[in-house]
Amino acid sequence: MSAGPFQYARKTSMRTMFLLATIFLYAPIIVLIVFSFNDSRRGGNIVWRGFTTDYYVKAWNNASLIEAFANSITIAVISTIFATVLGAMTAVLLWRWRFPAKPVYEGLVALPIVIPEICMGVSLAVFFASTGLSIPPEAPWPLNLGNIIVAHITFSFPFAAMVIRTRLQSFPPEMAEAARDLGATEWRVFWDILIPHMVPGLIAGALLAFTLSLDDFVITFFTSGPNTVTFPVKVYSMLRFSVTPEINAASTVLILMTLVMTFIAIRLQKPTEMAQ
Amino acid sequence: MESWRRATAAFAAFAGPTTLWLMVFFLVPLGIIWVYSFGENVSLTEIKTTWTWSNYARIFEPEIATLFWRTLWLSGIATVVCLIVGYPVALSIATAEAKWKPWLLLVIMLPFWTNLLIRTYAMLNILGAQGRLNDVIGWVWAAGDGLASLVGLDGLFGERFQPVTFLGTQLGVVIGLVYVQLPFAILPLYSSMERLDRSYLEASMDLGAGQFRTFFLVLVPLTSAGLVTAAIITFIPALGSFLTPDLLGRGQVDMIANVIERQFKKANDWPFGSALSLFLLYVTFIVLAVKAIIDMQAAKRRRS
Repeated sequence: MSAGPFQYARKTSMRTMFLLATIFLYAPIIVLIVFSFNDSRRGGNIVWRGFTTDYYVKAWNNASLIEAFANSITIAVISTIFATVLGAMTAVLLWRWRFPAKPVYEGLVALPIVIPEICMGVSLAVFFASTGLSIPPEAPWPLNLGNIIVAHITFSFPFAAMVIRTRLQSFPPEMAEAARDLGATEWRVFWDILIPHMVPGLIAGALLAFTLSLDDFVITFFTSGPNTVTFPVKVYSMLRFSVTPEINAASTVLILMTLVMTFIAIRLQKPTEMAQ
Repeated sequence: MESWRRATAAFAAFAGPTTLWLMVFFLVPLGIIWVYSFGENVSLTEIKTTWTWSNYARIFEPEIATLFWRTLWLSGIATVVCLIVGYPVALSIATAEAKWKPWLLLVIMLPFWTNLLIRTYAMLNILGAQGRLNDVIGWVWAAGDGLASLVGLDGLFGERFQPVTFLGTQLGVVIGLVYVQLPFAILPLYSSMERLDRSYLEASMDLGAGQFRTFFLVLVPLTSAGLVTAAIITFIPALGSFLTPDLLGRGQVDMIANVIERQFKKANDWPFGSALSLFLLYVTFIVLAVKAIIDMQAAKRRRS
C-alpha cells in the first residue's frame, strides 16, 4: 500500500496496540503454564520455588480428575456426532426448501445460540428434574452421561448448522441437475454429490461442536450430577477448595489439546474462513 | 430453492428430527421454567403453580434491581473497553500484508478456543494481591519512586507500594469480562474493515482531510455496522456471564447469573430463579431487537 489511507495504521502505535492486546490475551495463560511447574504446594501461583513436574504426576494419579477428563472426551465425541448430523439436516432443510413460517423456524434454530447459557442450563436442569425424561445417575457408563450429552447436542447443533449452511451456499445447482438428467435418483444426488460437497463444512461444524462441548461449563454445571462430572466442573470444584499447581497442570494439558485441535482445523481450513 | 410440497417425504425426513429435538429439549424446558416462574414453594421439594406475579415483583425490589443495574453497567463498560481496544487491533490486522492476515487473526482467535474456565482461572492468578499484575504495577511504582527521589520529590507516590485490589472489585470483574470477550469484538470489526471500499479513505485524504479527521469522520462511520455487531456480540454474553463474576468477583460483585445459580443450588427457590432467568432472557431479546431496529434503519438510509 502506498502512502495515504490507513497510513496511520502502519505506524508503530497501531502495532503497539496489537502487541499489547496479544500480551493481554496470552500473558495469563503463559503464567498459568509456567506455574504448573512450580514446586510449591501452598499458594502455588504466587512465589516461584523451583522447577518440578510432580504436579503432572499428581494430576495423572488423581483418579477423579482422570475420570472427569474421560467423561468430557466421551461427551464431546458423542454429542459432536449427533450435533453434526442434526446440524447438517437443519442446514439442508433451510438451504433447500421454501416452507411456511420459514423465518420463524430460522429464528428458532438461532435461538440456542443467542440465549444466555445460564437460562438454557437452568431450564434443562428443571426439565430433567421434573419430567422424569432423564437418565438415572446409576445407569452404566456412558449412559449416565446422557443428560449432559443431550444438553450439549442442544446448544451445539445450531452452531454446526450455521457453519454447514455457509458451505452449502457455494453448491453449484447445475451439478445436481446434471446428475438428475443422467438418471440419478434423489437419494444418489444427495449421497454422491451433495454430501461430498458438504464435507469441509461438516468437518468445520464437527470441530466447532467438539470445542463447544469441551469448553462448556455453565450448562454442564446444571445438568451434571455428583457422579457425572466433566473436566471443567471438576476443575471448578477443585479451585473452589484450594488453588494448587495440580490445577495448572491439568489445565495445561487441556490447553495443549486445544492447540493440537486448532492446528488440525487450520490444516483443513484457512483461518480467514474460520473467522467468518 | 424448491417448495416443500414437491418432496414431502424428503422434507419431513429432514424437518422431523431437528424440529422434534428443538421442541423437546429446548422449547419444552423453557416452557417449564415459564410455568414455574408463576409458582410458589409449598414445601422443600414441592412447587405449586398458583399463577402468582410475586416472583416477578421481587425483581423490582431494591436488592435485585441494583443487581440488574450492576449487570448492565459492568457489561456495558466491558463492551466499551472491548470496542476501544478492539478497534485499533482489528485495524492493524486489516491493514497488514495479505500473507500475515490469517496468522494475526489466528493469534487473536486462539485464546477464544481455549476453555473459558481455564482462562478465568488464569486471570484469577494474575489479578491476586500478590499476582503478576501487581508485580508489574509494583515495578512501575518502584521506577517512578526512584525517578521522583532523583529529582528530590521523595515519597511523591506514597510511602510504600500498596498492591491494587482487583479480586472482589468491579474493576477486576470488568478486566475479566474484557479478557473473555475481546476476541469476539475484534472479529466483526475486522470483517467490516475488510469489506470497506478504501477509495473513500483515499478521497478523504486527497481532499485534504488529515489522518485524524479521516479516521473519525470517514473510517469510523463506514465501519459502524461492524461496531454495532461487535457491541452486541460482546454485550449479550457479558450479560449472562457466570464464571467471571463468580471467580473474580469473589461473591462481592455478583451479576445476575450468580443470583440465578444460587436460587437453583443453595437457596433452592426455583420459582424465583425461573423468573430471574426469564427476565434475563427478555432483556437479551430487547437488546437484539434494538440491534434489528438499527440494522433496518441503516438499510433504509442506504436505499434512500
